[in-house]
Amino acid sequence: MAKIITMTSGKGGVGKTTSSAAFGTGLALRGFKTCIIDFDVGLRNLDLIMGCERRVVFDFINVVNGEARLNQALIKDKRVENLFILPTSQTRDKDALTMAGVEKILEELKKEFDYILCDSPAGIEKGAQMALYFADEAIIVTNPEVSSVRDSDRILGVIQAKSRRAEQGLEPVKEHLLLTRYDLDRVERGEMLKVEDVLEILAIPLIGIIPESPAVLKASNVGMPVTLDEKSTAGQAYMDAVARFLGEKVEHRFMKPEKKGFFDRLLRRTA
Amino acid sequence: MSLFDFFRRKEPSAAATAKDRLQIVLAHERADRNAPDFLPQLQKELLAVIKKYVPIDDDKVAVKLERESGCSMLEVNVELPAPQKGAARTPATV
Ligand SMILES: Nc1ncnc2c1ncn2[C@@H]1O[C@H](COP(=O)(O)OP(=O)(O)OP(=O)(O)O)[C@@H](O)[C@H]1O
Ligand SMILES: [Mg+2]
Repeated sequence: MAKIITMTSGKGGVGKTTSSAAFGTGLALRGFKTCIIDFDVGLRNLDLIMGCERRVVFDFINVVNGEARLNQALIKDKRVENLFILPTSQTRDKDALTMAGVEKILEELKKEFDYILCDSPAGIEKGAQMALYFADEAIIVTNPEVSSVRDSDRILGVIQAKSRRAEQGLEPVKEHLLLTRYDLDRVERGEMLKVEDVLEILAIPLIGIIPESPAVLKASNVGMPVTLDEKSTAGQAYMDAVARFLGEKVEHRFMKPEKKGFFDRLLRRTA
Repeated sequence: MSLFDFFRRKEPSAAATAKDRLQIVLAHERADRNAPDFLPQLQKELLAVIKKYVPIDDDKVAVKLERESGCSMLEVNVELPAPQKGAARTPATV
């Protein structure tokens, strides 16, 4: 049975698109036929992060409006088998999507794919609601920072009240917390909320901790999902999150800073 | 308290402060979010009844439901206009 997953956060700029690209690539690497959809109408970015910006001919809105067939708009990833991207429009406004149009496309995709991953726009209004309405599972992307945690709580409220599953009294949307941009050194110094704090406040199961990592910016520069940078801590953390999503028991890594040697400390002090 | 203790005493960390503040603000926001949907209507009707007897503005009646484990408390706040000048109980100033 195909599953619809929505990557959402309330707050902007916390790493939804980065996570959609990385998590979706991870699912495909694990052998599942996966489609990542960009729901951020007008601010198309998933194509850049995935490195397929020059291959966009038709988009999500064209398909909704019947101007193109789904197969013409889907972009097949050149690196990873089973991975497809459905870009959004850069020119239309946010109202170009309709609930009925979205439903029709999702139903069609469900016949072909194992997982459909929706990259939500920021906010808790219409655009974000459209991206989460049909979700079976939601991944709440949160940074260890007060406004992000608060907005995550608000988007959880929206999921619990305004998703299709809530409205129709079905089994609730399954929620997962993905804590990103986790800076171990700052947590250690008491400057940043630690994972236990965020978990206690939001009270939803933790699917992964993605450390703050320079590899993320590097990967985005070349249009490569960070999961393909197998040496990076962020890439490994995303693969771990995918494994947990698939029901495997994987210990959380990257929760303690690497042991710094005597010379490292000395260097830091004089730097 | 010895001098030693004085120097050892630590400020709460920034993260601890953040956590406390979040817990307080979210407790309020969640309560509002889960408020039963009859509250706005109740507030409207109460206002209409009170208006029959006292002239008051629409925003002077506030209705809130506080839920604690075991019991709920309906809190109704009505702010009446200040007594007219020269009324018996107005204390003489000047
Ligand atoms: N783990 C990380 N380490 C370092 N930088 C990160 C990490 N995750 C995300 N970033 C950076 O944060 C920025 C925002 O990321 P991204 O575009 O994925 O957020 P978003 O939630 O999709 O934003 P929007 O709400 O605008 O759609 C980017 O510059 C990205 O490189
Ligand atoms: Mg984005």
